[in-house]
Amino acid sequence: MSRSIALVDCNNFYVSCERLFAPHLERRPVIVLSNNDGCAVARSNEAKALGIGMAVPFHEIRHLVQRHGVTVFSSNYALYGDLSDRVMNTLEQLAPRVEIYSIDEAFLDLSMLGDQLDGVCRSMRRCVTQWTGIPVSIGVAPTKTLAKVANRIAKKSPRTGGVLDLTDPALQERALRRLETGDIWGVGSRLKRKLAQCGITSAIQLRDASPQWIRRRFNIVLERTVLELRGIQAMSMDDAPPTRRSITTSRTFGQKVTDLEPLREAVAHFVSRAAEKLRHHRLITGSILVFLSTSRFAKPGALYRNSHTATLLEAVSDTPTLLEHAMRGVEAIYQKGYRFNKAGIILLDLHPEENYQATLFSDLEKRQRSERLMKTVDLLNSRLGRGAIRFGAEGIGDNPVWKTSARRKSPAYTTCWKELPRVIAHDRVGRTPYERDIP
Amino acid sequence: MSPLDPSRSAPPLPQNTKITDGVCVGFPSPAEDYTEERLDLNRYLVRNPAATFFVRVDGHDMTGVGIHDGDILVVDRSIDPADGMIVIAVVEGSLTVKRFRRRGRALWLEAAHRDIPINEGDTLSIWGVATSVIHAFGAA
Repeated sequence: MSRSIALVDCNNFYVSCERLFAPHLERRPVIVLSNNDGCAVARSNEAKALGIGMAVPFHEIRHLVQRHGVTVFSSNYALYGDLSDRVMNTLEQLAPRVEIYSIDEAFLDLSMLGDQLDGVCRSMRRCVTQWTGIPVSIGVAPTKTLAKVANRIAKKSPRTGGVLDLTDPALQERALRRLETGDIWGVGSRLKRKLAQCGITSAIQLRDASPQWIRRRFNIVLERTVLELRGIQAMSMDDAPPTRRSITTSRTFGQKVTDLEPLREAVAHFVSRAAEKLRHHRLITGSILVFLSTSRFAKPGALYRNSHTATLLEAVSDTPTLLEHAMRGVEAIYQKGYRFNKAGIILLDLHPEENYQATLFSDLEKRQRSERLMKTVDLLNSRLGRGAIRFGAEGIGDNPVWKTSARRKSPAYTTCWKELPRVIAHDRVGRTPYERDIP
Repeated sequence: MSPLDPSRSAPPLPQNTKITDGVCVGFPSPAEDYTEERLDLNRYLVRNPAATFFVRVDGHDMTGVGIHDGDILVVDRSIDPADGMIVIAVVEGSLTVKRFRRRGRALWLEAAHRDIPINEGDTLSIWGVATSVIHAFGAA
């Protein structure tokens, strides 16, 4: 039987998280800004229609925001992390193999479903939306790269009802004819330009290019993309290109783990790998999510899953800082007595490193020292083999605690008792019940 | 949001979902491979963690059913509302707590002072079903 891989992707995820507790924002333009309210990192469809682009600095769209009454939120990573965890948890209960790809995307192996594929995906979509309140789109195809294509169409074309099965080669062909190379997973603007110089502009041309030639002229990753477009599985999770918004590393353990120490080690290892990937792509991260989970087959009393999201004072890419926050996260959610079989981390709020902005409190000298150290570590690891240089998973001293600028941040609806969503039990209408309740 | 469509079928329950209502916690079968643990309210109140949210009540309209101003409601979004259940419903863009009523094809929300009928063609958004109320006496 042929493989069927589904990509489940949350629609405008951060905006959907905000709307869940502010239902009056349905069908209204909403955007979410990056840390320190720098630029728009999530836009509702209505905001996209107003011409608000992705990652556009806020000051450039202020006039649109004012003219059209766009609701603006600062990013609330504790909320997004919690809802992401709920979505992934739901998927894990519904599908046998779930690979978390990013904060709002997961690949599912649905190969055994045969001709029930479409129906199951539709009820899965309904279920995730009902349980978690987050709308998702699902694309299915024989490979991850084609599943991405299917998902993109499912999301953009209302006729699909949010689900598109692209396992049929004739449908793949039709879809790829309408896409550009830049619409394909892992083909960025630079690669798109270089491909165009060779006369390759459409996705179908890329599919039909010789893989050997692509490898010689470009690289092995793009060769894999070509194979995947032909329906041949070539992309493992580790090769997968990072998303624009997050980097994920997680594993299901070979055996159950009950003690804190091995979990700390596992998570520390994930942090090292993810941080390496972060630096390789010249990115910095402003937030890190850690999760731990028991097997979904555990008895009801032995089931446990939790996540913790830390927002950093300033975006970084150095392993020690990330380790420090990750270790705090593990300790916060670890519970004695459970047999854990899965752990992982997600780096959120990614920016190109050249966008780094020093704050009043930044220790630039320390930062430069740390950058030099990371370069050396990555170089040694690439020469001596991965993991040659490791970090003792320990903190690097106390960080003063002050808040990053986040003036439009919504309450921590799901992670703070004082900030629970409010439900009205009176007849006085006209006031919004979800306004932050600050004592 | 789950627009209520009477024809909508319930989502599939995961294979390993066990409804544990009425199970005597703390007195497990000796055949089962776990030790006795301290009772955990979380497990008692939250059946489906992925779908369960806590909300804070604002107002006195529901005191008749034992829900007071400032109480916390445990809300499970995975439960399909049935007649008589306490629900969180979106009314005029706000999250509100009401009693859900359904007689045949007639749907309405029951509140202390006015019932809100749901007419043909309206979309009623039931946000979730409240399963418990947590009422603190303020002694702490």
